[in-house]
Amino acid sequence: MPEANLHEHSPQLLHHFAEAEQQREASSFGMWVFLVTEIMFFGGVFCCYAAYRLRYLPSFEAGSRLLDVRLGATNTAVLIASSLTMALAVHAAQTGKRKALIAFLLVTMVLGVTFLGIKYTEYAHKWEDFLIPGIRFAPTEALPSGVTLPNLQLFFCFYFILTGLHALHMIIGLGLLGFLVGKALRGRFSAEYFTPVEVSGLYWHFVDIVWIFLFPLLYLIGGRY
Amino acid sequence: MALAQAFPLRPRPGSTIAENVDKLHFFLTGVTLFFTFIIFAAIFYFAIRYRRRTPNEIPPQTQTYMALELTWTLVPTCLVAFIFVWSSSLFFQNSRAPNASMEIFVVGKQWMWHLQHPEGPREINELHVPVGVPVKLTMTSEDVIHGFYIPAFRIQKDVLPGRYTTIWFQSTETGVYHLFCNQYCGAEHSGMIGWIYVMTPEDYSVWLSGGLKGESMAQAGERLFSQYGCNTCHKPDGSGKGPSLIGQFGKPQPLKDGRTLMVDESFIRQAITNPNSMPLADYAPVMPSFQGQMNEEQILQLMAYVKSLAAQERKGK
Amino acid sequence: MSTAPQAKHPLPPVNYLNVNYGIRSWLLTTDHKRIALLYLVSVSVMFLIGGVAATLMRLHLITPHGTLVQPEAYNKLFTIHGVVMTFFFMIPAIPAVLGNFLVPMMIGAKDLAFPRLNLLSWYLYLAGASLTLYAILAGGVDTGWTFYTPYSSTYSNTQVMATALGAFIAGFSSILTGLNFIVTIHKMRAPGMTWFRMPLFLWSAYATSVIQVLGTPVVAIAIILVGVERLFHAGIFDPRLGGDPLLFQHLFWFYSHPAVYIMVLPAMGVVSELIAAFARKRIFGYKFVAFSSIGIAVIGFLVWGHHMFVSGQSVYASLIFSLLSFLVAIPSAIKAFNWTATLYKGSISYQAPMLYALGFLGLFTMGGLTGLFLASLATDVHLHGTYFIVAHFHYIMVGGTVMGYMGGLHYWWPKITGRLYPDGWARFAALMIFAGFNLTFFPQFVLGYLGMPRRYAVYPAEFQVLNVMSSAGASILAVGYLIPLVYFIWSMRYGPVAGPNPWNAKGLEWQTSSPPPTENFEETPIVTEEAYAYNDPPGPEIPATGAIGGAHA
Repeated sequence: MPEANLHEHSPQLLHHFAEAEQQREASSFGMWVFLVTEIMFFGGVFCCYAAYRLRYLPSFEAGSRLLDVRLGATNTAVLIASSLTMALAVHAAQTGKRKALIAFLLVTMVLGVTFLGIKYTEYAHKWEDFLIPGIRFAPTEALPSGVTLPNLQLFFCFYFILTGLHALHMIIGLGLLGFLVGKALRGRFSAEYFTPVEVSGLYWHFVDIVWIFLFPLLYLIGGRY
Repeated sequence: MALAQAFPLRPRPGSTIAENVDKLHFFLTGVTLFFTFIIFAAIFYFAIRYRRRTPNEIPPQTQTYMALELTWTLVPTCLVAFIFVWSSSLFFQNSRAPNASMEIFVVGKQWMWHLQHPEGPREINELHVPVGVPVKLTMTSEDVIHGFYIPAFRIQKDVLPGRYTTIWFQSTETGVYHLFCNQYCGAEHSGMIGWIYVMTPEDYSVWLSGGLKGESMAQAGERLFSQYGCNTCHKPDGSGKGPSLIGQFGKPQPLKDGRTLMVDESFIRQAITNPNSMPLADYAPVMPSFQGQMNEEQILQLMAYVKSLAAQERKGK
Repeated sequence: MSTAPQAKHPLPPVNYLNVNYGIRSWLLTTDHKRIALLYLVSVSVMFLIGGVAATLMRLHLITPHGTLVQPEAYNKLFTIHGVVMTFFFMIPAIPAVLGNFLVPMMIGAKDLAFPRLNLLSWYLYLAGASLTLYAILAGGVDTGWTFYTPYSSTYSNTQVMATALGAFIAGFSSILTGLNFIVTIHKMRAPGMTWFRMPLFLWSAYATSVIQVLGTPVVAIAIILVGVERLFHAGIFDPRLGGDPLLFQHLFWFYSHPAVYIMVLPAMGVVSELIAAFARKRIFGYKFVAFSSIGIAVIGFLVWGHHMFVSGQSVYASLIFSLLSFLVAIPSAIKAFNWTATLYKGSISYQAPMLYALGFLGLFTMGGLTGLFLASLATDVHLHGTYFIVAHFHYIMVGGTVMGYMGGLHYWWPKITGRLYPDGWARFAALMIFAGFNLTFFPQFVLGYLGMPRRYAVYPAEFQVLNVMSSAGASILAVGYLIPLVYFIWSMRYGPVAGPNPWNAKGLEWQTSSPPPTENFEETPIVTEEAYAYNDPPGPEIPATGAIGGAHA
């Protein structure tokens, strides 16, 4: 095993690990465990959403139809692309290509910021349309049969909570990526040591997957198709 | 026994289920004491018999016996299965009120109980009932979650805002029993208490007739029915925008979305407070919501009125 | 007969305590042992605060129309007692104090997998605790530690947000600690340490960590939703706007029931260690005890509805939850029997740690059995919300977990500090705690069946005698807890030096000096025997592969 000869103690090998392989495995495993907590976290909100949707189906469908599917779909494409560039970044790190790594990380960040920008636009539209639950909720269209104002408001509650929490995780992800860019610029990563990139990649893919669930469950199941 | 009265271990049993619940409780007490005793006894015995005699002594190591492990796994499993079956069947029996129950309507609010008899008398923090008659309580809250608890009857249920919960009891002995709010509800939670007065049937009818000066719940409901304009759409001959309510209570009602719901207390409450969430199959969804315009007691009175129409024949279409 | 260990070795000149000095070396430490001590101080402070609240409550309840505090203040006292004790003492205490110290040592590692994350956990704990303390000082909170809606989301005008946020932040601390333990146990075991050679404390720590990681996020959501509701009034839990207050209860109890296993499993792990050490025997039925920890963790996630039997939950759901709640008792019964059987033909000594372990065994048995009354639907309908519940959970949490914590502190104190404490005083305090505890909480079982509701600031006069008994017991209990505070602090300066293994116990932590060096071991240990191999012939040596941690299954 090549890593077993690391007695010269590379600076990235933390003192409490016996060898680099153990450290890498521990970091990766740790991120997976963390992602499990995130599944429970988002899963909890999804369960609440499902419970209320079951109870107030017409209102939740009406709310879904009030969302902008084109912006949502664009965001989905943006995120999927960013997962691709993130995977390419990890690959670049794996193969020791520092410039490619930095480039792909930056592109991923740009895509992430694009996502947030589109999200902001959506939120701004909701504000203009008086669809902010609790503080500014007065939709102007007539409500179809079976739809009530309070139940529609509940839909938007969950829309904002779900997409808001997701956006928060995106912002944290962007912070992580920025941190990685900084380290990469200083030459901290190599083919032998790129664990933070790999582990951040896992996180980024997870945030993407959450959106893959959010998009259909919020935007697409409004009975419009 | 005087001792049992001086140091009671249980509330005086006041309902038909109390003795059965107590039997289960004392069985469980016996199980607890038995297992606690054998563990404590084993600890004491082993701790003395096998106490360390020299500072560095190492005892022989014992092997695990699968048979032993299986025994003390399966015996408790069978025991808890037995308890589960006993308890669940008791619970199931107690969960459904007998059909001929006398009905009482309860509204909990911070921090008092409003109880109303269908004949009209209203009580605050007190309930008078005749002995030996099954009583079904339909309960709701005006604000937060409360809990309706009568220890002597061994019953309690949370009282929720926005929906009805029900419990029932049949008292066995005249007397006065504690009523407690048993779900923490704010500042005066421990003041939200009262009394249940179980009376002989004769005393009860005397009490009841003394309180009959006012209107019955159904009469109050009829008054509200016209006061809030319900009769403009719900005409008795069905010619208005909404259905006639005569004979409707207890019947199935198809909705626009294809579901069919039973017209029960929950249905009527939802129809009054959130009608647009359940548009009816053959009618335009134009009924306004009365959420916030009437309190829970008024809703219950309207419900009593609608129920009283159940017996009448449907006239016209 | 003297079983006092002889101090043959002087204090090691350089150990983790004195390797460097100064506040920065403590506040910026990544040494799991120092972090454990930081937690020790913080959880002790929170325990005192929760204890003060309890003292005031029990004083107030001496009279039926208690005049010590107003009802509003009483409501705040029981809320603070619950919030502080649950989130800031019971959940972190054994994992973050004993677990942090011992997990790396017991598996033969130099530290946890993520030492900096460990320090972050402590700071998160501090942040949560500070926010909660702020809430207390800024007027208190009166929702009960259970924060039921709609009272907490719409009606209460006390410091709900601050307290909820404090609990939320503490939850992150809990998640990160659990994550750290899981990765450490999987990836950093010393050569030869297979899963089934691990001490049972590690199995408990592992099961606890799994619960922390899976359950805590759900209460985080519950808290976020209450916060959103308080800020925006959008109807998530308000029936007038279509919300369902019961949704909160499901979210809350989905975490809070497994949370009680977070509280008790580590104590069970400690008890396994104590009984093995003080009976000088391998724990009877090692694999059964190990797997029962996992069993409790798994089934524990499926029983939350037993807190909601009278909430308006459907009869059929209640039946299922009742059945599962009975089943979750079985693994605990298995443990109790195996621990007792370990005493058979052992060589038993009664120093303070063992007294605590035996106390746990008896009191946890009783507390666990009283759980049957509550899993049983017909009796729970009568007992829910009464003092019976209060007695039940205090038997498990105080008679169980706190006893386990105290026993563990007494057992590993020599390892942590290098010093011994006076065992006579320790035993006296243990007995005082046992007596005070039973006098405090046993009468509450009777009070509960008689129908006295919990969370009552005033109560009918007929309940007074039992309340006075309970308060008398509480005063004894309080003194019992203060005594160790005194001799532990005394021992740090004046206690006799302990030496590496004052108890002559098995376990990797006893094969290094007391206190240990920062790196825990001079050389990475190689494990060749089973756990608690007191009288076993040495087992086959599992050849160390090239990779450390290569012995993982």
